[in-house]
Amino acid sequence: MAHAATTHSHSHEAHESHESLKVLGFWIFIITDILIFGTLFACYAVLHTHTNNGPGAKELFEMKGVIIETFILLTSSFTSGLAMLAMHKKNVKQLIAWLIVTALLGAAFIGMEVTEFVKMVNEGHTIASNAFLSSFFTLVGTHGLHVSIGLVWMIALMIQVSRRGVTEVTTRKLTNLGLYWHFLDVIWIFVFTVVYLMGVM
Amino acid sequence: MWENIKDFASTFFVTGDPLIYGADVSIGLTSIAILFVLTYFKKWKWLWREWITTVDHKKIGIMYLIASLLMLFRGGVDALLMRTQLALPNMKFLQADHYNAVFTTHGTIMILFMAMPLMFALFNLVVPLQLGARDVAFPFLNSMSFWLFLMGAMLFNLSFVIGGSPDAGWLSYPPLSELAYSPGVGENFYIWGIQISGIGSLATGINFLVTILKMRAPGMKMMKMPLFSWSVLSSSVMIIFAFPILTVTLALLFLDRFVGAHFFTMDLGGNPMMYVNLIWMWGHPEVYIVVIPAFGIFSEVVSTFSKKSIFGYKSMVFSMMLISVVSFFTWAHHFFTMGSSANVNVFFAISTMVIGIPTGVKIFNWLFTMFRGRITIKQPMLWTLGFIPCFVVGGATGVMLAVAPADYQYHNSYFLIAHFHQVLIGGVVFGYFAGMYYWWPKVFGFKLDEKLGKWSFWLWNIGFYVCFMPQYALGFMGMTRRLYTYGSDTGWDLGWAPLNMISTVGAFVMGLAFIVQVWQISYSIRKGERDLTGDPWNGRTLEWSIPSPAPFYNFAVVPEVEGTDAWWKTKEDLKNGIKPAPVKLEPIHMPKNSAIPFIMSVCWFIAGFGFVFGWMWMAIPGLVGVAISLLARSFTYDTDYYVQVDEIERTEAALRGRTV
Amino acid sequence: MSQHTHGHSTTDEVSQGHGSLKSYLLGFIFSIVLTIIPLVIVMNDMLNKTQTVVTLMLMAVMQLLVQLFFFMHIREGEKPRWNVMTLIVGLLIVFTVVGGSIWIMSFNSTVQ
Repeated sequence: MAHAATTHSHSHEAHESHESLKVLGFWIFIITDILIFGTLFACYAVLHTHTNNGPGAKELFEMKGVIIETFILLTSSFTSGLAMLAMHKKNVKQLIAWLIVTALLGAAFIGMEVTEFVKMVNEGHTIASNAFLSSFFTLVGTHGLHVSIGLVWMIALMIQVSRRGVTEVTTRKLTNLGLYWHFLDVIWIFVFTVVYLMGVM
Repeated sequence: MWENIKDFASTFFVTGDPLIYGADVSIGLTSIAILFVLTYFKKWKWLWREWITTVDHKKIGIMYLIASLLMLFRGGVDALLMRTQLALPNMKFLQADHYNAVFTTHGTIMILFMAMPLMFALFNLVVPLQLGARDVAFPFLNSMSFWLFLMGAMLFNLSFVIGGSPDAGWLSYPPLSELAYSPGVGENFYIWGIQISGIGSLATGINFLVTILKMRAPGMKMMKMPLFSWSVLSSSVMIIFAFPILTVTLALLFLDRFVGAHFFTMDLGGNPMMYVNLIWMWGHPEVYIVVIPAFGIFSEVVSTFSKKSIFGYKSMVFSMMLISVVSFFTWAHHFFTMGSSANVNVFFAISTMVIGIPTGVKIFNWLFTMFRGRITIKQPMLWTLGFIPCFVVGGATGVMLAVAPADYQYHNSYFLIAHFHQVLIGGVVFGYFAGMYYWWPKVFGFKLDEKLGKWSFWLWNIGFYVCFMPQYALGFMGMTRRLYTYGSDTGWDLGWAPLNMISTVGAFVMGLAFIVQVWQISYSIRKGERDLTGDPWNGRTLEWSIPSPAPFYNFAVVPEVEGTDAWWKTKEDLKNGIKPAPVKLEPIHMPKNSAIPFIMSVCWFIAGFGFVFGWMWMAIPGLVGVAISLLARSFTYDTDYYVQVDEIERTEAALRGRTV
Repeated sequence: MSQHTHGHSTTDEVSQGHGSLKSYLLGFIFSIVLTIIPLVIVMNDMLNKTQTVVTLMLMAVMQLLVQLFFFMHIREGEKPRWNVMTLIVGLLIVFTVVGGSIWIMSFNSTVQ
């Protein structure tokens, strides 16, 4: 306690370091979300054979739609990265354009997933059919819910960026959104691998 | 029409028991009294501005403290009801279903709505001050955590008078908690009450992890950090990894009940044991989450009251962090009897015994710290001394339970009940009381009365042993947990009745101890010794370097730290005539108050209540309200301000009675 | 919030940049390739069961690494790298949750 920490007083620096703090906080939130998905994966792993003599993964999954969904989401992860590049160049127009592309790809993904779900439900394969389908709908549906929330957030940030431009605060928010979007892509890769590919092999 | 309303009311409100009607009346009267007092003294604005919208960690800590003491009262009353019912054979004090509800709410409230908030109270009150920080990393999120906890707790407690209490045990095992066997709304209250407060706990974990990692005063390296802060770090790490598991587990149980999913049902491929497996993946780390901060408190207290640096600082840190990781590898010891393979039971038996080693290391460190120290026995030290033998016995019986083959004998018996109460009361409750007495002057500016404190300490301790030692024996005599009554044959011929009677007496002694504490607090508010120095115990860490209670910005000047026990060193320097360099005040960056956390939590409450009764017309608007609150926050850019130098000067002058 | 490390990391970030177009493109190509390989293996039944599972998991983990390094820029940022440490512990716990559940719950197939 010999002397004061004067370095902190400079408001700009203090503010910037606080923004980096929020990125770390959000990163830790993402890790807690990984735990959420990990637990759902554990359930799926234990219960996926419990079909109660109903149809299993092989009979139910249509790979064509799922493959298209996968490539859509991979591409959206890439375009969200391009949005980050535009952000660091402080190019607001380009940034918003790439965000719109990302959001449209995300919406297409959700649209296809909902269609797939509706089709299964109409054929009588619902969350209440058996333990396998309960864990399937919950795992994949939770991912879909995350993507949907991400879309709302993305639209909110587009409005904020168009109003305020690229500032320290909007940069931090977009960085967090970018991390979230890549994270959802990673989760989907595991869903694709564990649920769909291993299901139909 | 009238008939319909009457029908609805008879299922909506809990009816038919005089105890409940009494509760209804007292809740109504208390609410009216609170409303009246607030209006009469014109305190509404004050309440809103100073407390409901506050983002100050110290005020949030005080609110946590008050809420947890109220919950301790409710959980304690549950305990006394149970002990009264069990005092003699064939008691008719409680009906079987009422008894089930009481033991369920007792367990859930004590762990999730008493121990957790009391722990968060201490986190909030102490950690930023110990680290030399102005606030936690995310003050807004901190306020949100508190209100989510409170709304969750209120929702859970509401089940007592509306809809019916949960009655499937404190962990709500299926298939009993499934719709087929618990058709009432009690389990829904359980799920949503815990779910909403669980989000808050998770956010607190993230908040304090980042605070400790990034907000330490300049020069305070990780290995120079006070041990209580280390314990909070360890606890926060466990929170962020364990609570998501709880969230998912309860969500799946709700899906089973609400949309007819089959995760844990007995039919259509569901597996109830999967729930047990998942809930203990959270549940085991949870007990370490609440006990590790108590270890941190003991470390601070032992060091301060022995006037020595803690013995084996590095081994203390290492063992706490080791416990936080190993605690994730012991969960299956809660269900050795499930019938898993021998390899599984062996692995988890060994991992459970292994986790006892770092705990033992800590006990020896505390003892060696006291060795040849200049010990003064004030209340915090008293609780620490009470803790050590209690926890050692509790730990030893825990190792007995860890022996998988022997566990087949102890499982779900009163031996287990005695064991976990011994570690939870002896470890957690004694620990948090030690912390409460230790930091009370820092928070409120006065000490709690020593004499009354000694009374309550001895009553608690004697009551504890009288209550729980007989239960070890009862466990060996075959008495199982959750038994609501027993016959006079087992009662008198097998000798259960005398032991149960003794146990009940002990429970009431602890109840008396709590009343003494309440008296102690109200007495000390009026006549307690004021703390004018800011350093009533001759402390060693930074929180004692500022006035009590601390100003809202905590430190007028952020201290620079050179080693452990930073404040002690500064005091030594002063004694040796080394004067601190003159300091220059700078404007302080502070967060603004916000109503959003409160509003959002109320929306969660509405949504939760809607889901409990399956009223989507209520649940969906609630969730929409949550979403709008979050977006409103996202669009708020005016979130902070600067405290100017002249205001700091004025505040410091008023607090210290001189200019800085 | 040690000022020294922070000052250091800002210069670090400037020199490394926040990923270039090249790194994003590379990452994208890798992720496409790593998706196609398992797809081809599964659709054509090229390997036996164990081999397939191992390959699939390997590819998924590599995808994770691609996203972490090329898209999330895990190598950047301030030291000490708390984000990497928490991630590693988090993944350890996830592995425990999934693996432990499968191991413990396998009693179902032996008891019945």
